[in-house]
Amino acid sequence: MSTSPINPSVAHDRRERRLILLLLAPALAVVGCLLVVPLGWLAWQSVRQDGGFTLAHYARFLTDDVYWMTFLQTFRMAFIVTAAALILGYPVAYVAAGASRRWSIFILAMVVLPFWTSVLVRAYAWLILLQRRGLVNSALTDLGLIDAPLTLVNNEFGTIVATVHILLPFMVLPLYATMQKIPPELTMAGASLGGTPLHVFLRVFLPLSLPGVVAGMVLVFVLTLGFYITPELLGGGRTYMVSMLVSRNIEVYNEWGAASSISVVLLACVFFIFRLASLVIPFERIMGAR
Amino acid sequence: MAVPKILLRVFVGLVLLWLMIPIVIIVPMSFSGARFLAFPPPSWSLRWYEAYLASPAWMQATRVSLIVAVSSAVIATVMGTAAAYALNLANSRLVRSLQVVLMLPLVVPIVITAVGVFLVYANVGLLATMTGLILANVMLGLPYVITSVLVGLRKFDPAQEMVSRSLGMNRLRTFFIVTLPQIRPSVITGLLFAFISALDETVVALFISGGQYQTLTKRMFTALRDEIDPTIAAISTLLTAVSFLVVMLVALSARGEAKSNAAS
Repeated sequence: MSTSPINPSVAHDRRERRLILLLLAPALAVVGCLLVVPLGWLAWQSVRQDGGFTLAHYARFLTDDVYWMTFLQTFRMAFIVTAAALILGYPVAYVAAGASRRWSIFILAMVVLPFWTSVLVRAYAWLILLQRRGLVNSALTDLGLIDAPLTLVNNEFGTIVATVHILLPFMVLPLYATMQKIPPELTMAGASLGGTPLHVFLRVFLPLSLPGVVAGMVLVFVLTLGFYITPELLGGGRTYMVSMLVSRNIEVYNEWGAASSISVVLLACVFFIFRLASLVIPFERIMGAR
Repeated sequence: MAVPKILLRVFVGLVLLWLMIPIVIIVPMSFSGARFLAFPPPSWSLRWYEAYLASPAWMQATRVSLIVAVSSAVIATVMGTAAAYALNLANSRLVRSLQVVLMLPLVVPIVITAVGVFLVYANVGLLATMTGLILANVMLGLPYVITSVLVGLRKFDPAQEMVSRSLGMNRLRTFFIVTLPQIRPSVITGLLFAFISALDETVVALFISGGQYQTLTKRMFTALRDEIDPTIAAISTLLTAVSFLVVMLVALSARGEAKSNAAS
């Protein structure tokens, strides 16, 4: 609303613009100083060594196995977690969108409640549940299904379980937001035209829910790429993710050049994925659907 | 009812059950009388709560976390509401792109954010300080406040502000008397989101907090890496209780929003 009927002059416009910038300034200053500037700094550091320009930090991606293998494992993890979240989350959102108002509120509450509990708390709970003498193992042994306890934690499996658990709401909420807007008349029309329920679902409902699928998948995928707490606590050193590679390079080796180049590549991956997704669904909708 | 439909509902029920498992496990564990982690606990006691309350280190960390969460949520709400108001007012492309910048804290992987903040703080001497922790959490809370307030402002009819100003009230008073009361539920929702995000924040705190200014989550993380101590179950239960309280406040605030919409 830059022109007001009260005073539609150029001077007014200029005053308006100044007000807008003034109101934005504090927030921009905080994000600028604490995020934008350091990101630029990291990019600068990633091409510097001993006061000169170098691509050595990036060359390590080609020469050092640990680098690209960590990225490979992280992407693998992101694919598995995203697929699992979609398989578990789609039916939940579908049932919630089709249920009566009371039931859909109940289902969404069940989805959102864990979302609000600390990530650390949930990681801790999975640690207790999945450990060698934990609840899952003792239940399986008591039922006679297994003889020796399974290794469920301190490996990729434990990390996946906890990560999917933490990220599932990020899949369900955008899916629900999209599905809820699909007019029920459309599926009814499909059915009245002789489509079987499966056929109607595949040809009418599923395509219409795709924007939500994309938004949910992008959020879960990108969040998994940068995940730190669950692989660190539940991975037992066997799941080595990019985020851990960054933190090790700083905390243990004090290798800022290496940490910077890894950060830049990870960030580039994240931005690229958002860019790809924005071809299908606008950025604001991906973020706003939360 | 058709068989596939029943199967679908059973599946959804199981997923929801799975989502609730950690909470269902943690709470009884915290009242366990045993040193080791057995479920269900062999005996009941409050010893882990006593251990938590009696530990100066845990208490200090709790104090730090609460101060950081409350002050950063308040600051982020003021800054974020101002920013959202401006974004809603503007229609130039440049300002719209600034919105993407303000959303960055949600998009950038948290470890990279943590490393960046560490870099800045190491140079300006804000490592292991309360100010540093608060500022970092203000940044992380801003996107939540801005998103929430923008949603509220989109439902608000700007003509009301014009009426108020044409009647001679200045802009600032108009905002506080006309606009703010109507977008209050979304401002409160943003505030609570920012509070929870700051209370739970772990990764940035791992990098920048230290000494006497360690957050609760940093201490918990370190403790979890070393050994599983049931005191953490007690702290987790308390943290979960705080979160639930906040969820209920958000729900009430959302209901207020629905009511004020119905009234207008």
